[in-house]
Amino acid sequence: MIKAWKRFAQNHGAVIGLIILLLVVLVAVLGPMFFPQSPWRMVNRPFLPPFAVDGVPLGTDAVGRDVLIGLIHGARVSLMVGLVSTVVALLIGVPIGALAGFFGGWVDDALMRFTEFFQTIPSFALAIVLLAIFQPSLFYIILTIAIVSWPPVARLVRGEVLSLRTREYVEAAILSGQTNLQIILRQVLPNALPPIIVLASLMVATAILLESSLSFLGLGDPNVMSWGYMIGAARTVLRTAWWLSFIPGIAILLTVLALNLIGEGLNDALNPRLTRRSE
Amino acid sequence: MSLLQIKDLAIALPKGADRPHAVEQIDFDLAPGEILCIVGESGSGKSMSANAVMGLLPEGVRPVKGEIVFDGTDILGQTEDQMRAVRGRDIGMIFQEPLSALNPLMRVGAQIAEVFEAHGLLSPGERQKRALELLREVQLPDPEKAIRAYPFQLSGGQRQRVMIAMALALEPRILIADEPTTALDVTTQAQILKLIEDLRQKRGMAVIFITHDFGVVADIADRVIVMEKGLIVEQGSVDDVLLRSKHPYTQKLVRAIPGIVAGEKHDFSEAPVILKVDGLTKVFTTGGGFFSKPRVVRALDDVSFDLYTGETIGIVGESGSGKSTCGRALVRLLEPDSGTVEMAGVDMAKLRGADLRANRRKIQMIFQDPFSSLNPRARVGRILSEGQIAYGTPRREALARARELLSLVGLDASAVDRFPHEFSGGQRQRIGIARALALDPDIIIADEAVSALDVSIQAQVLDLLADLKERLNLSMLFITHDLRVAAQVCDRIMVMQHGKVVEIGPADRVLMAPEHPYTRSLLDAVPGKEYEEALKKVVGQ
Repeated sequence: MIKAWKRFAQNHGAVIGLIILLLVVLVAVLGPMFFPQSPWRMVNRPFLPPFAVDGVPLGTDAVGRDVLIGLIHGARVSLMVGLVSTVVALLIGVPIGALAGFFGGWVDDALMRFTEFFQTIPSFALAIVLLAIFQPSLFYIILTIAIVSWPPVARLVRGEVLSLRTREYVEAAILSGQTNLQIILRQVLPNALPPIIVLASLMVATAILLESSLSFLGLGDPNVMSWGYMIGAARTVLRTAWWLSFIPGIAILLTVLALNLIGEGLNDALNPRLTRRSE
Repeated sequence: MSLLQIKDLAIALPKGADRPHAVEQIDFDLAPGEILCIVGESGSGKSMSANAVMGLLPEGVRPVKGEIVFDGTDILGQTEDQMRAVRGRDIGMIFQEPLSALNPLMRVGAQIAEVFEAHGLLSPGERQKRALELLREVQLPDPEKAIRAYPFQLSGGQRQRVMIAMALALEPRILIADEPTTALDVTTQAQILKLIEDLRQKRGMAVIFITHDFGVVADIADRVIVMEKGLIVEQGSVDDVLLRSKHPYTQKLVRAIPGIVAGEKHDFSEAPVILKVDGLTKVFTTGGGFFSKPRVVRALDDVSFDLYTGETIGIVGESGSGKSTCGRALVRLLEPDSGTVEMAGVDMAKLRGADLRANRRKIQMIFQDPFSSLNPRARVGRILSEGQIAYGTPRREALARARELLSLVGLDASAVDRFPHEFSGGQRQRIGIARALALDPDIIIADEAVSALDVSIQAQVLDLLADLKERLNLSMLFITHDLRVAAQVCDRIMVMQHGKVVEIGPADRVLMAPEHPYTRSLLDAVPGKEYEEALKKVVGQ
């Protein structure tokens, strides 16, 4: 693991990504403490451009809300949606993939057909339909994103488990009387971890994008300020006040870029095949 | 006049490797038409020297000193473009694993034709014609059909013939063969060795043959180079090196080869039967759809034998003979289709769930590959204690036992806190043995347990197994393709072919006076027999 970290640290892109992400996380965690006022409060004249008036450095939006405060509070929402929905997606996808790969046969068939059922529906369309059924609260948005993003996890884990379960140490574990659950949890999954971590880091990025798109369409939680909502609200004034979409857009771009850089760095650091080449 | 001259070659390894140079002070000549064998254990630098000749060194590894003179020019000074013209045309190479060296998605004929294409030779029609001639020359059965086959449709030996055909396509003056027969069965190995010998004579081609097997060396070499840790420790004619070796390392290697007669044999037929196998059958059915007939392979066909307490039975046969399937069916890693496996009055083949778990601890397995048989993310202590904990031993006791087991197999007890990758192949195999012993089994199934190890390590592990067997009163099934190893450790030998037991009897009888023609062909194919007799004479003097 120390070796993997060293390799990660050698990758400049990945380190830059990590720094950006840490900054975003810092803003999300500490920002609301320093700027406790509600992002929904009107503070000044509407449509103030950035750096025009003291006190509102990034300007105000169509109803005079502070863009900077919105950005800070939105960071918290976007990151939380990204992280929590990824964790939920892993909680669904990893067990399904592990069971399918380990037991094979009809268990595999049943679980994989179930997975394919979700994969064949375009994920964004499914998300819209689900949110139309549920109430648009943060809880359901996270759930919806998790539901549309677990199938690739299940596929990946199944593939890994399928190849790992024929290893001799798994056979040795079967012979030594360990139960199937013990074998899956202690022998197989720890060895499948590296690709799962890589996929998860990229899924956080996709989840942030998905939440933004949903908010843009007005399917977000109306009580929560998020980056996607800010872009969505500003789209009607794109030509007169472009910075209202541009600024939160940059925030999304940087965060997603950071996560992708980290994901790629992790992939290089944890993928043993690439590792061997560099040694 | 020598064809290839290597003068004082040194190849540097990247920083952080276990030694600064992969090879050093390499000096040898190769005469036209000569077969030069380079022998050594894994990590001795034997492949590295050959790769340097081809200009195919891995990234980060480069020659730092010396020269390789081929045909009057120093290869090391050549550009990549110049080297590309040399490769294939002047120097051909064949590899150990013919499956991974061939493109799985290309027909055999196209792959051979590609060699001509890469050097811009011949027209497409002529290339196909030459490919067919080459396949005929390497004696591939039914070359007209084989030229349209994909690599996976051929057997290991046939694939190696295709590789040789590709290497010979441009009539190189030197053929480098890197462990070309290691992955093959003995009978196939004998055929390939004969083919290389024939081609050498027909074409006057020089061969650099890299191997770890002294039997092969004895059969094929004109001259031998012995390497240890990147240095040439001995070189000379085959008789000088093998029969009158001067360097202690060579002597150690020569001594470590198990002879085809060796080992104390006991007759256990008076002892109680501990495992009674009767009519064990396993059929694999693959493929088969609406329009095609499924392929049916009888991997185990009515296999019956008794294992007596304290006895070692060697199960020998070539790959695909069903010997591994047999071991795995006994412990139920595979479900046998029919037959009984009676152990202490219980039929192992019919048990389910908890009963199976409870009885399985009495019969444990040692696996072939010391690298994939240990969980890379578990410490040795956990590997050795997991099984006991699964059967209800408290963790503390299990860990104490793990330490005991480690000293039993000749490792330091402090190894419990280390990860498998910190150990060498031989040490890992010891850990694998300790794991098999952790549950106090009565029967051990060793599936090719020493095949992946170097000869000197092999000898140590075999000694350890013999010692443990004695001390713990174990009965053992020893699955191997290596008749020498079987001769050394087994009391009785069971020969399998196509899933059937063709012969079973006391080891001496089976090896000295085989009854079945298949056993005889296996014995004939073992390399280095003449040499062994010669060695006996020398030792006898």
